[in-house]
Amino acid sequence: MARFASLVDSLGGTPLVGLPSLSPTPDVRLWAKLEDHNPTGSIKDRAAIAMVEAAEKEGRLHPGSTILEPTSGNTGISLAMVARQRGYRLICVMPENTSVERRQLLEMYGAQIISSPAAGGSNQAVAQAKELAAQNPDWVMLYQYGNPANAEAHYTGTGPEIVADLPSITHFVAGLGTTGTLMGVGRYLREHKPGVQVIAAEPRYGELVYGLRNIDEGFIPELYDPEMLDGRFSVGPDDAVHRTRQLVEREGIFAGISTGAILHAALGIADKEVAAGRKADICFIVCDGGWKYLSTGAYAGTLDEATAALEGQLWA
Amino acid sequence: MAIEVRIPTILRTHTGGNKTVSGSGATLGALVEDIDNQHPGIKGRLVTDEGKLHRFVNVYVNDEDVRFTGALDTELKDGDSVTILPAVAGG
Repeated sequence: MARFASLVDSLGGTPLVGLPSLSPTPDVRLWAKLEDHNPTGSIKDRAAIAMVEAAEKEGRLHPGSTILEPTSGNTGISLAMVARQRGYRLICVMPENTSVERRQLLEMYGAQIISSPAAGGSNQAVAQAKELAAQNPDWVMLYQYGNPANAEAHYTGTGPEIVADLPSITHFVAGLGTTGTLMGVGRYLREHKPGVQVIAAEPRYGELVYGLRNIDEGFIPELYDPEMLDGRFSVGPDDAVHRTRQLVEREGIFAGISTGAILHAALGIADKEVAAGRKADICFIVCDGGWKYLSTGAYAGTLDEATAALEGQLWA
Repeated sequence: MAIEVRIPTILRTHTGGNKTVSGSGATLGALVEDIDNQHPGIKGRLVTDEGKLHRFVNVYVNDEDVRFTGALDTELKDGDSVTILPAVAGG
């Protein structure tokens, strides 16, 4: 069924495609879950729509309500779309070192942006949003980092879709931001496919982004439960850009830079499985398309130039 | 045996501003002891009084989070690369 009553209703049911060129052998195969096929073009549509619908059910949102959210971009864009459809006002607190495309999209959807300092990264955006929420008790902060509806969207949607399309799955690899995708799909796999390895890939940014004043300002999303993971890899911008380009060149998939980081971790696992002589079906998430990141410089010039251009930017 | 350790900005007060230091040890715990001998005070920033990694400190050996490979008991070998980072928000 490819007909829907509205854009929001078309959420999920994204394609899973094989990577015939990048898979190392016929026995060790990579599969990409194309989350850019969602309503606003990213996996965050799942969390955003689920969080809004949960708040509506709980009676926290009414026509004219103001939603407040700390976001580096995709969650904000998803929320802005659904908020506009349903008559809510949206305020996003976003670090100033995020790409111009994300800002333009948010503004086009009618969201208001409050910029937080680049030096504080997303930590600062979260802290600033929490302050604003305390000052404005009538605003509704959905809070993607701690809202169970975020992980639940992946437990009821992404996870079952993957298992239905790839019953032979051995590994699941996704990005670690709010941790919602990994917590939700991870829990579904633990319950329905025990033995599947759940692997996180997290972006390693330039130093500016880690500019805390002290370690105790660190941040771990409330949703995070390390028991859902079997491994966690840090991926730098050089590897992320290299893999993002490989994905276009070898498989025709034009993805954002965080997807390159995830693919890098997935290929590392694939190599280990080949070396161990095991069969593997490795599913990884394509979080979004590359469109919103063209201005970062990641897609032009040499790899070194692209990596240098990403310094100081929140590229995932 | 030499292992390169990347130090985050926030901990460079202990390393004279150096971005990387070199140390040795058969495990991550031994390596932390060794770099603490060279740069006194750094261990207290990484490891709690109970001997566990500080909650907001992430340590990676060859890009893999050590909390999934044995934490401070993670085995090291010559040429490994260790990265220390504070925990920050994504999303």
